[in-house]
Amino acid sequence: MPPRRSEPDDAALARLSLRYRRRLLEAIKHAGGGHTGGSLSCVDILNVLYNRVLRVSPESFASAGRDRYIQSKGHSVEALFVVLADRGFFPDAELDTLGRAGSHFVGHPTRKVPGIEHNTGGLGHGLSFGVGQALAGRMDGADYRVFVLLGDGELAEGSNWEAALCAAHYGLSNLTAIVDCNSLQITGRTKDVMGLEPLAEKFRAFGWSAREADGHDFGELTAALAQPLDPARPGVVIARTIKGRGVSFMEDAGAWHHRVPTDAEFARALAELDAARAQLEARG
Amino acid sequence: MSTGPAPAHTPEAEAAARRLGLRLGRPNLEEFADTVLALARADRNVVVVTSDSRGSGKLTPFGQALPRQIVEVGIAEQNLVGVAAGLAAAGKTVFAVSPACFLTARALEQIKNDVAYADHPVVLVGISAGVSYGALGSTHHSLHDFAALRAIHNLAVAAPADNAEARSLVRAAAAARRPAYLRFGKAALYDLPGAAPEEPGRARPVREGGDLAFIATGETVIHALLAADLLAEGGMQCRVLSVPSLKPLDRTAIVEAARACGSVIVAEEHSVHGGLGEACAALLAEAGVAARFHQAGIPDHYTWTGSQADIFRHYGISREGLAAAARHLKR
Repeated sequence: MPPRRSEPDDAALARLSLRYRRRLLEAIKHAGGGHTGGSLSCVDILNVLYNRVLRVSPESFASAGRDRYIQSKGHSVEALFVVLADRGFFPDAELDTLGRAGSHFVGHPTRKVPGIEHNTGGLGHGLSFGVGQALAGRMDGADYRVFVLLGDGELAEGSNWEAALCAAHYGLSNLTAIVDCNSLQITGRTKDVMGLEPLAEKFRAFGWSAREADGHDFGELTAALAQPLDPARPGVVIARTIKGRGVSFMEDAGAWHHRVPTDAEFARALAELDAARAQLEARG
Repeated sequence: MSTGPAPAHTPEAEAAARRLGLRLGRPNLEEFADTVLALARADRNVVVVTSDSRGSGKLTPFGQALPRQIVEVGIAEQNLVGVAAGLAAAGKTVFAVSPACFLTARALEQIKNDVAYADHPVVLVGISAGVSYGALGSTHHSLHDFAALRAIHNLAVAAPADNAEARSLVRAAAAARRPAYLRFGKAALYDLPGAAPEEPGRARPVREGGDLAFIATGETVIHALLAADLLAEGGMQCRVLSVPSLKPLDRTAIVEAARACGSVIVAEEHSVHGGLGEACAALLAEAGVAARFHQAGIPDHYTWTGSQADIFRHYGISREGLAAAARHLKR
């Protein structure tokens, strides 16, 4: 089993998240396209997973015992690319090829990019794939864990619920789903497009252990993700997040689903992130 | 309701098969089930995934013998394929088994993305394929699967014509660890002359002849062979080529047969759109081969039903129907 790297404290994660946000905005701006709001809503979750929870590294990625992370909400790939670059899976400069002709850095995850477990982008695919990986771990007596990040809008895809039934049927405690519950999708409020609530109760009724968490609180996320929620059942962490989190005028604004900032907006966004960074430094 | 198997479909055809000395084998599904059980006994990483389909997939003995190597997902084909991809990604050699009609339509996006695009080595096994379900009707027919799956990159597509081809395809698919789709029917099948191709992707010469070439796949090949036998009585010598692999296609064998014979009839248990017939037509056009050409498949209209044998006869995929088409083509 590959070792986890030493755990950074909350202040270190906060600095990292600001850096990730800045870098993913740069990548989207440079590419001229990307899923801005959803990347900003899930980047704190990815930060906690890759820096505190997952036992995976570029060196251990080929090992059968690694933990697996599957990003079912594949459109938020910019957040994943930035975190993988930071963890050394590929040089940061490769992000500059995002969306360019012939680049493997396309708008959804593919296994051509080091560190990516599965090609996603069609919604409602990741959880079944995670169930398969978790079942294989069980068959092999391996102790790796499998994490699947879902979007809340994505949960309208019925295939998720086929997978949810199956995971509970087999008591896959080595499987953890995380719902990036940012309450917005391309058409508008998720509750108006297709209501999901009460979401935790739905998962519990399917046989899962469910826990709500603030999806931007490193402590809450770590507590919910560091160990399986239940030794006999799959777990789901419903992470309440804000789409566009970290840039005031992008927060909770549906228009930023896949909008690319203008030059002026880009400068304002970076200025906000830099100010937040300075505030963090001042606090020591 | 007649859904049962009918090896050669008419008493005359049965008699002709006997005259040719053909031995009646068993349904390819049974051959598949025994082959995959043997593979799984030898390698605990060989895993079967079913969607309430272990009975119809003849996998009940597998489940009894190796309960830890079979995963049941219930009636949920999308999950079947996604779970199979996850298992394959974790090192398992996975056979995902479900009726072809549901597997290749309902789970098409999972096949495209989770298996083919993501390149996880799942062997998709479409059971009771084509019109094997007969009078159960069009919901249960798969006449689109060759067309849909041929258009997906990184997916081998094959349909065996007899037990030897089935055994060879199953073993090759397990060894290749590449995405593949294998299609099996329910009817007992005659063992065809000539050895099944050992190299995946190769066609199999079943009968020699220079007047017309029958190019056929899956459960239609026997009817092409019996038609060739019938036509020989009138002096027409027909070649019969069994094409178990639609993708990759044995381009050399098909072009050579068309060049040598000048007349081609393609037979398949599939829509005339997008299957072996159109694949051969495109190949011959690209190769600059001008041959008289006929497709014996299921035409593009509301499918007439009955047993598989009834449907085959209705659409001319039979000893007499194919012979008549050959005479017409050679007029």
